[in-house]
Amino acid sequence: MIALARAILRRGFELIERPFERLFGPALNPLAQLGALGFFFFWIVAVSGIYLFIFFNTGIERAYESVEHLTRDYWFHAGVMRSFHRYASDLLVVMIVVHLLREFAYDHYRGVRWFSWLTGLPIIWLLYISGITGYWLVWDKLAHFVAITTAELLDWLPIFGEPIARNFISTGTLTSRFFTLMVFMHVAVPLFLLFIMWVHILRISRPKVNPPRMLAAMSLVALAGVSLWNPALSQGHADLTTAPVEVGLDWFYLPVYPLTNIWGRGAVWGFLGAFSLMIGLMPWLPPLRRAKPAEVDLAHCNGCARCAEDCPYEAIRMVARTDGMPFPTEAQVNPSLCVSCGICVGACPSSTPFRRSAELRTGIDLPDRSLRMLRERVIAAAAMAQSAPRLLVLACDHGGGAAHDAGTVGLPCVAMAPPSLIDFILSRNLADGVVVAGCAESACYHRLGIAWANQRFNRRRDPYLRTRVPRERIATIWTSALETKRFEDEVAAFRRFVSALSATRSTPSATPTMAASADTGRSRHPGEEVGS
Amino acid sequence: MSKALRTCGQFIVIVALFASVAALADWPVYRQTPRGTAIVILTFVHGADRRAECRRLTPEEIAKLPLNMRRVQDCPRGRRPVYVELDIGNEVAYRASLAPTGIAGDGPSRVYQRFALPAGQYDVAVRMRDTTRHEGFDYEREEKITLKPDQMFVIDFRAEPAGFLFR
Repeated sequence: MIALARAILRRGFELIERPFERLFGPALNPLAQLGALGFFFFWIVAVSGIYLFIFFNTGIERAYESVEHLTRDYWFHAGVMRSFHRYASDLLVVMIVVHLLREFAYDHYRGVRWFSWLTGLPIIWLLYISGITGYWLVWDKLAHFVAITTAELLDWLPIFGEPIARNFISTGTLTSRFFTLMVFMHVAVPLFLLFIMWVHILRISRPKVNPPRMLAAMSLVALAGVSLWNPALSQGHADLTTAPVEVGLDWFYLPVYPLTNIWGRGAVWGFLGAFSLMIGLMPWLPPLRRAKPAEVDLAHCNGCARCAEDCPYEAIRMVARTDGMPFPTEAQVNPSLCVSCGICVGACPSSTPFRRSAELRTGIDLPDRSLRMLRERVIAAAAMAQSAPRLLVLACDHGGGAAHDAGTVGLPCVAMAPPSLIDFILSRNLADGVVVAGCAESACYHRLGIAWANQRFNRRRDPYLRTRVPRERIATIWTSALETKRFEDEVAAFRRFVSALSATRSTPSATPTMAASADTGRSRHPGEEVGS
Repeated sequence: MSKALRTCGQFIVIVALFASVAALADWPVYRQTPRGTAIVILTFVHGADRRAECRRLTPEEIAKLPLNMRRVQDCPRGRRPVYVELDIGNEVAYRASLAPTGIAGDGPSRVYQRFALPAGQYDVAVRMRDTTRHEGFDYEREEKITLKPDQMFVIDFRAEPAGFLFR
């Protein structure tokens, strides 16, 4: 059931993401920046909130007037700031909801990722509490509606001695002290929210907390434009003698409120509790089957820290040397954080298939999918390739190349393949060209695999691809698991390219070029890179 | 695609997304009750009498108590439930025996009930029993009220000095 929902949702995301990726490019694709955009909108809300607080009067009698004053009389700065505050808050909800759905769709919530998933749950609750208390402060008709409905919902719980909703039955029952409490909550809860947001990314290596500048600039300008076009306004002073029966509802923050009328308060609490419980249990429904974690072989580890540097899960740390070798540190794997992606194997300078030792060993390796096994599978796959030009595909398990059959070697992540493996394949004449096939560029299953592979093959990250390796004989194809046709088309194009390349050896004046370009998001070759 | 054209396309998509979000920030309008409807709220917090009268302890009973806990009377902590009835337009709108709050059942009883009614004139009768009596009521009020559309009419209670309050 969950797997079916995930598959359907993933299909939906694939359909939406590819056009976005083509328009924005992988670096600016907003769907790949949801977390960073969430942080960005949080900061906009925080700054605009501080600005608005300068004009805001916290007394029950003056709150509405002060908001009206800043909205009408100072519309050109405070009014715009109010719209920034409101719409950035709504966008924060959108970012968080889409982020949650996307992480679910791409199965980024089980295994070691349970921590980030679970800490996302209090973020949702705190965000909604922040938003709801914010609507309260304006003290217009909507605030009245929010106040009554929230109080009635809380009163359903057997916690409070006197119904909170009684505060809103007549003017005399509501005091400024209650309002001051709301102001305090509207400041304190977002601060706590920020703290939980920090906890949320604790276990992520190189978390993206700032969107690319271009995307941030466009978002700011768009927000300003929308704020001028449709400024956030109040809905008339709250009148406790009149029921707020018709309100312009913020459907991002208050979608549950109409349900209290339809389902009843108990059912709404039941729904919220069931939703929270389901989100909380999802990482273990069912638990992700994990391969054995990476193991360090101290005899081959010189403590260079490249594995720790490249690990996307903070699963490796450098500790003091324990074996008496003349190096200050050694790598240590935390098995509870390791997902066996193999990126550390690709980062290790001793991961070279050229080694002649009886059993190929490296400084850090996967017990279930070792470098030795990888070399053997590469040699076996190369032996099967017959038609010229011979192509060898190194495909990650999550991308469009995983389903490719002939001459394909599967990897948990393309960044597990060290650049020396490509050198090995081409210099030993095991193939005429190598296809490195990963996930879609903005949806790398192991977050940093595509970035590291690109940088290594383009000689910008250690371990570098040696200069003697002809870069034009390596194609990088980034496609999602659903884009198998596009993958096959690009392999066919690369086959033609390699074929022409071999032909031009005899006629050097004619240099072939790949038709694929960065604009279309297709394979990059030669020497091109994501975002370049 | 030229870079400028591409940037324009990106910006248009972002603006369209933000504009949709801004539109949904207060639209479509939500109407809680049908047009021409008023809301009557019955709400109060009131503690009924204790479950039993205080009883004078016998000298033997007092003697059995520890020195620092000796007292003359034994007053049970728990309260009785409050029984309340509300009739609107000669029809029963609410009948309930409201249990006292608190783990020991010594807190006041409480009620908060909303009734959406079409605007118009109604005979409203509200009655409450908070003592040991089994018949009749300790407090009651009957009145003809006129509800305007969207009006919030509150039936509250204060034991001293007023009884039921209509506002």
